[in-house]
Amino acid sequence: MQEVAQRETGALIEGKHTYESITHKIASVAMGYRHPIAWYIVTAIAAAGVFMLITAIAWLLLRGVGIWGINQPVGWGFAIINFVWWIGIGHAGTLISAILLLLRQQWRTSINRFAEAMTIFAVMCAGMFPLLHVGRPWVAYWLLPIPNWTGAWPQFRSPLIWDVFAVTTYFTVSLLFWFTGLIPDFATLRDRAKKRISQIIYGVLAMGWRNSAKHWHRYESAYLLLAGLSTPLVVSVHSIVSLDFAVSLLPGWHTTIFPPYFVAGAIYSGFAMVLTLVIPIRAWYKMQDVLTIKHLDWMAKIMLATGLIVFYGYIMEIFTALYSGHSMETFLVKNRFFGPYAPFFWALLVCNGLIPQVLWSPKVRQNVALLFVISLIVNVGMWLERFVIVVTSLHRDFLPSSWGMYYPTIWDVMLYAGTIGFFTFMMFLFVRFVPMISIFEMRDLLHQTDRHRQAPAGAPATPVATTEVSS
Amino acid sequence: MSVPLHGIIAEYETPEELLRAAKRAREAGYTHMDAYSPFPVHGLAEAIGFEDHKVPWVTFFAGVIGAIAGFSLQYYISVVDYPLNVGGRPFLSWPAFIPVTFETTVLFAAFGAFIGMLALNGLPQPYHPVFNAPRFERASQDRFFLCIEASDPLFDRANTRHFLEGTGARMVSEVEE
Repeated sequence: MQEVAQRETGALIEGKHTYESITHKIASVAMGYRHPIAWYIVTAIAAAGVFMLITAIAWLLLRGVGIWGINQPVGWGFAIINFVWWIGIGHAGTLISAILLLLRQQWRTSINRFAEAMTIFAVMCAGMFPLLHVGRPWVAYWLLPIPNWTGAWPQFRSPLIWDVFAVTTYFTVSLLFWFTGLIPDFATLRDRAKKRISQIIYGVLAMGWRNSAKHWHRYESAYLLLAGLSTPLVVSVHSIVSLDFAVSLLPGWHTTIFPPYFVAGAIYSGFAMVLTLVIPIRAWYKMQDVLTIKHLDWMAKIMLATGLIVFYGYIMEIFTALYSGHSMETFLVKNRFFGPYAPFFWALLVCNGLIPQVLWSPKVRQNVALLFVISLIVNVGMWLERFVIVVTSLHRDFLPSSWGMYYPTIWDVMLYAGTIGFFTFMMFLFVRFVPMISIFEMRDLLHQTDRHRQAPAGAPATPVATTEVSS
Repeated sequence: MSVPLHGIIAEYETPEELLRAAKRAREAGYTHMDAYSPFPVHGLAEAIGFEDHKVPWVTFFAGVIGAIAGFSLQYYISVVDYPLNVGGRPFLSWPAFIPVTFETTVLFAAFGAFIGMLALNGLPQPYHPVFNAPRFERASQDRFFLCIEASDPLFDRANTRHFLEGTGARMVSEVEE
């Protein structure tokens, strides 16, 4: 049993590593490292995206949401599609950092920091859309229960206000969790920093952390509690997002399967985004020995599993609609299959239902280039899913007289592409200034897998066993 | 050397050596000590005789306060200050208040865990004498330290130093206050 465990975890860190070498490998990227040329190119393009985002927002604030393609009956459009898409992407971060921690999955160690950063930036992107979509973002504080001159309060029976609480809580807790994980690593950077400015900045961020056993004792307990709190939180967030739809009376939205199906979809798209980001960065920063094929393989497996749940959701949606015998529901299914947006629906089935099935093959899961392409396809597929949900349900209202079509404008596209630029920009800054892999957890993993030991003559051969007994 | 001492610190190469040394120091009767390691070593806190379960309790009570605060906020708004008749439903339509109550519970509890951990650890702390120890920057990288503090009743400059040297330490040095 012990041997099996050793072999399985052995692949999580490849090559000969010591505490010092692994610390150096990760910490040096954040300090005084010659970054690959690709970093500059991607960051420059992403920065251009940020400017595009600023332009799109500025024009929106000047002219109002009329510059978008939204209309009657399709009042939600890109803003809500992108909101749900980004929020979903964030979910993998919490899943990796919190749920896998509670399940004691050691392979999370190499990817949790990265995925948590992704969560934070994805939620930032997500938050922009509803804020801008309210039309007058300068009074967005009306969403919060703040006493104001109107004397009015938010309506707490509406899922839209639940959403405000869920998303802000999610952002705050993710940030706390991320920062808690970073404190010991900031201390490492502080102690390694050569330049005065880095010493001061990392010193302030580390807050005087001194790696004391007393600190670690409380730290581990707090970290575990934060993980325990994040786990139900992440499930609640996308469930509540799905209730924005499910509580309404629209065919295609008014479905009880929405909460679990949204949560599975969120994890599915989140893992796809982790793969999309990790695969190039791992190659550019030569992290293949700590972010191994095994990690990619397991992420692909989770993607496959959650993808199947999502696909089950699609089938159940169709089945429930047809089985209900409700004319509006049946019409919606027909409209999805053959209506004006049918190409989107079929593309969605290909992207999310068909193509991910190749992940059953270990050869595909271990083929990095192919995995990258599949992760991009899944990202597109999940975006299409939200498009189909939002637009096909809205554009055919109950009365044919109020039917309409939705076409995004250039401003919709610029805002959306702008958030992708912002997200990439933030991720690349994160890689540049913050250890992208949790260093102290990697040292711990190294200690547990015990591969760093040069086995000095006469030393006891079972140090792993000693620590296990005492823990 | 008239500078007062914070303690005497010993450096080890592996967590196992540190654990053994900490256990021996406890057996020798030392009580005021602290161990430093670049990652959490299981059993180390127990080995230096330290136990503290306040963080879970702080988190729990913060969560309870969050739940009460979230629910009473909604109660006050929906029942007392701004009652809205929505389709004849009761003002106290509590099932609709559960999601927000849940979110505030998690929010407060998370702050409880975070702030509680920092406050109990005495962080942020701009200065601590242990940073004066030579090579202490390795404590956040690849070395393991045990510091017996001068406040310990058994502390004796020469004896404690001698004791630590006998625990397999790579280096023993004095830490100034």
